[in-house]
Formats: sequence, C-alpha cells, structure tokens
Amino acid sequence: MKSLIFRTIAPVIVSVMILFSIFVLLRGHNEPGGGFIGGLIAVAALSIYGIAFGVETVRRAIVFHPLSIAGAGLLLATLSGLLSMVFHVPFMTGLWVYPVVLGEEIPLSSVMTFDIGVYLVVVGAVTSIALSLEERGED
Amino acid sequence: MAVSSSPADLSAALVLQPVAALDWLVILPVAWCLAIGAILLMIRHKSLAQPLVAVLGLAALVALDAALLWHVVQSGPVTMVMGRWLPPFGIAFTVDLTGALFALTSAVVALVGAVAAIDDINVSGRRYGFYPFLLLLMAGVSGAFLTGDVFNLYVWFEVLLISSFGLLVLGSEREQIDGAVKYGFLNLVATTLFLIATGYLYGIFGTLNMADIARKAPGLQMTAPLVTLTALYILAFAMKAAAFPVNFWLPASYHTPRIVVSALFAGLLTKVGIYALIRIGVMLFPAELEQMSLVLAIVAALTMLTGSLGALAQSDTRRLLGYLVISGIGAMLAGIAIGGPDAIGGVIFYAVHSMLVMTALYLAAGVAARLSGGFSLSASGGLYRHHLLFTALSLMLFFSVSGLPPFSGFWPKVMLVKAAIDGGSSWLAAILLLSGFLTMIATGRVFLLAYWRPVEAQPAGVPQPLAITALLPILALTVSSVLIGLFPETLLNLARQAASTLNEPSAYLQSVFPAGGAP
Repeated sequence: MKSLIFRTIAPVIVSVMILFSIFVLLRGHNEPGGGFIGGLIAVAALSIYGIAFGVETVRRAIVFHPLSIAGAGLLLATLSGLLSMVFHVPFMTGLWVYPVVLGEEIPLSSVMTFDIGVYLVVVGAVTSIALSLEERGED
Repeated sequence: MAVSSSPADLSAALVLQPVAALDWLVILPVAWCLAIGAILLMIRHKSLAQPLVAVLGLAALVALDAALLWHVVQSGPVTMVMGRWLPPFGIAFTVDLTGALFALTSAVVALVGAVAAIDDINVSGRRYGFYPFLLLLMAGVSGAFLTGDVFNLYVWFEVLLISSFGLLVLGSEREQIDGAVKYGFLNLVATTLFLIATGYLYGIFGTLNMADIARKAPGLQMTAPLVTLTALYILAFAMKAAAFPVNFWLPASYHTPRIVVSALFAGLLTKVGIYALIRIGVMLFPAELEQMSLVLAIVAALTMLTGSLGALAQSDTRRLLGYLVISGIGAMLAGIAIGGPDAIGGVIFYAVHSMLVMTALYLAAGVAARLSGGFSLSASGGLYRHHLLFTALSLMLFFSVSGLPPFSGFWPKVMLVKAAIDGGSSWLAAILLLSGFLTMIATGRVFLLAYWRPVEAQPAGVPQPLAITALLPILALTVSSVLIGLFPETLLNLARQAASTLNEPSAYLQSVFPAGGAP
C-alpha cells in the first residue's frame, strides 16, 4: 500500500504486536491467553507488514517457509509430550523445573514448550494462508 | 519432578504408579506419525529425502503397531491416560485387539502406499506435500483406532479429514476440486452429525470415556433416549463408511485424485467409519443396536447390491473399484446387523482383508492404466500378452475381492454367511452370496476387456518394463492376501477373540478402571 503514513507507522505497530503476542502466549498458562490466540496476534502483525511492504518482504523477514515453522511447532509439541517417557509418567504429563536466575524463581514446564509449539503451528499455518491470499490479491 | 511449589495436593486425581515402558506402545503410533509428519513438513523442498524418510518412518510405524498387537495379545487391553489424570477425566487411549488389528493393517497399507507413491507422485506432488499429508493422515487414522474417548475419536476424524482434503486436491486440477467439494461437503455433514451426537451423549452420560459409557449404558436404558443417540451415530458413521443412501460422495470423488491417493482412501477411510460403528454400536450400545438390526440389515443389503450392480455398469476402472469398495462396506454392515461374536469376528476379518485388497486393486488399476494408456475399459487391452506376472497378480486380486478360495476374501464371507444363516436371516446370506457373484462378473469383465482382449493397434514402440516400485507393492499385498487365505487360523482366532472382547467388554473396562470401582 503506497501510503506514507501507513508505511511509517507499520514497523512500530508490527513490532509491538509481535511482542504482545509473545506476552499473551506466556501469560496463557494461568490467565486468558495461550499459544493459539498469541499465534493469531502474530499472524495479524505479519499480515499488516505484508500489506505495508509486500509479501516478499514478509517472506524474507521470517526467514523460514511458513509451513516449515508450522512443522517445527508440531515437532516441538509432540516432543514436549514425549518428554514424559523419560520420567515414567503418561504422555503429555506436565513436567516442571524451577531454576533460580538472579534470585528470581522462573517456573519452566513442558506445558509451556507445548504451548510454544501450538503458537508456531498457528503462526506457520495461518501466515501461509494469509500470504498466499495477499499474493493472489496483488496479481 | 518438582511439585513442591504446587499449592494443591492433586495426588488423589492422578495416576501414581509409574508407566511401564511397553504401555507406551499405546500412544507411540500417533506421536510417531505426528513427529515424522512434522519433520517431513520442515524438509518439504528436499524432494529426494521425502520418500526415504516417509517409507522408513512408516516401516517403523508397522513395527510399532505389530509390537502393540503382540502386547495386547499377551496382556489384554492396554490403557494410557493422557496428562496423568485419572479416567474418566483424563483422555484415555485404550487399545484392545480390534483397535490393534485395524491399526496394524492400516500401517501396512500406508507403507505400501508410500512405496507405490515413489513412482506415482512426481516432484511437484512431493513439494505440494504428499508425504507430510500421508503421515498426518496416518496420525488421524491411528488415533481413531487407538483412542478410548468419544470426543477424542471425533478429533482424530477431523485430523484425518483435513489431511485427506489435502491429498484429494493434490495437483489442483479442475476435476479434483470438483470431487473434493462433494467429498468435503458430505463428510463435513457427517462430522457435524457426529459432533451433535457426541454433545447429546455427553448430556446424557456426563462422560466421554468409552469404558465409562459402556458400564453406565445398561442402567440408563429405561430412562435415557439411547436409541435416538445410537441412530444418530449410525447415520454419521454410515455416511463416513459410504453405506447405501448416503454414499454418493464416494463414486463422485474417489476416481479424481492420483491413483495412490485413491488406493489409500479405499484402504483406510471407509474402514475408519466401520471401526467407529463397531466401537460405538457394538461395544457401547449393543441393546440399542439390536433394536435397529432390521433397518441395518436392509441398508446393508441395498449397499451390497447397489455397490456390485454399480460396478457392473461402469466402464472406468477407478469408478468401478469405487463401487466395489461400497459393496464390501455392505458386507461389513451385514455382519454388524447380524450381531454376535461370530458375525462381528467376520466383520473384523473382512475389514482387514478389504483394506489390503482394495488398496492393491487400485494400485493395480493404476499400473494397468499406465501400461495400456488409460482407465477406460473400452480403450484398454492386451496386458496379458506382455505382462504375465502383473496379470496373474491382478487375477488373484479379482478372485480375492469376489470372495473365492483360497484367497483372503473367502473366509470372512464364509463367517458372515454362516452367521447370517445361524441368526435366521437366510435372505441376507443369499444377498451376500449374490453380491459376491455380481462382483465376480464385474471383475471378470475387467479381466476380459483390459487383460485378455488382444489390442487391434499395437501401441508404438516396445512395451516398457514395469518399475520395481510399481510392482512390489501389488506383489506384497497379493502375497499377504494369499497367505491369509491359505493360513487363516491366526487371523481367524484374533478376529473372534477381538469380537468377543467387544461383546463382553469387561476386560476393556478393567483396563481403564483397574480397581473395578463403582462409578
């Protein structure tokens, strides 16, 4: 889109939205949020970027093919479930560690890595759809 | 594992004993397919590595499913509850003999399909994602066979449906989109019906765990509308399985995709519908199913007859095979309508046979079309002269699908006919035999026209030799059909045992609720 205002403001909006999507993703464990909704916010950000600067720019910016990102997410989610095998508990059992970094306890869990997997699947799959729709629109 | 910071003590709601390593076989087929599918998705542009990874992955899946079957034969139904929550609240994967047998056969079919696809699916098909879709389809199919939760069954149906859409439109030709729309529309209606029925089920029982439903159902027969519920499920699964009045999507779509995709669909998809019908109908609501047995028997008879008559009327081998799939579904429905361990054993045996043989038939049709230049019966001919081994294999498959000895199609037909006569419905037995006879004529016609008939004008050039990757899958499936036909004892016993577990699911319940405690 050849609007100077939009092109100037788009990078700011996009970076804030990506940041917010990660915030929503991490917030999701105990409060409303999570991988799915976080992923959708990230897709919205990438779509805005695409409208402002073109699909090619987005493809270059995310480095990997969107479907490869979805595949990586699916793999991460599956592996988070399989991690339970090591601890002799059933598939998909939530496993927690509490490392203390700089005096602050940080709870990390396989639930979180699973949710990051969901985030990546949503980002990859929906971005793939959005980008190919935008490409069709440009012809 | 540190649970120290967790404020509430949840141990009463958790599975506390450690999970035996062998019990992981319950979930591994699904997790394995998802993981390999994800890896294939990430290396989509490496079109040479794709078939290699997929074939090795599916070979490992066959090994996993075989180990699972062995484990179930050794120690009865096995359960694993996701996320450690106790059933019925945790989602349970419970595998009994029926599920393990179906899962193993589907894995074999998928492996064979992946090998056949090396030849049939070109580089652009691979880039489009044939192999990732295949693996995700197998995740859905395996999940459907192994799960012990009704809503989870619905989820796996969705997974396999989405993957099958992807496979169906591989190539994006006009005809394929047309077939996919018809297929997609009717399947979405069926899935929605399934979902509505599941909501209704949850409203009645307050649980979705199959074992929990099975033990609660007898107590609710007088008060809850279980017959309505069963009817809804039967309609939904009959659509999926392509039973008579709701089967028009199958002949409208199965001839459009690549032949390997058709072969996989014919082997896998309709059988998932039959499996779900067995699981929900026979195991959960046997009394209600019996009340509808006459309706089911009539539907089964019409499915068989329309299937085999439809096959007689076709001149395109792919369409013809689509009707043969339907006719086989009719035979399985007949067994479900008759009921009882003998008939259900026959259904399970028939399903295993049908998965292997229908896949092989589609693959053979693909090879025949490549050799003689098309799927149309009026244009082809002369295969017998140049391709003796292939002709012999095809003839065996034709005999097998018609139910002639000594091939795998013979025994389940015998079991079903015997069960029908014992059950006092000789007319159904007569229709089973008639449909076999009509199938024989239909396949005989294919053999006469496409194989025996000499071609008037020889195609230019020397006849090309068959690639090993094209012949090997058909050879493997035909050999397995012959072996099952010659040595049916093992499978016969397994199918009977599986059926008796379904009819008397106490071992299944025991596996989910080990204490045997009252609800």
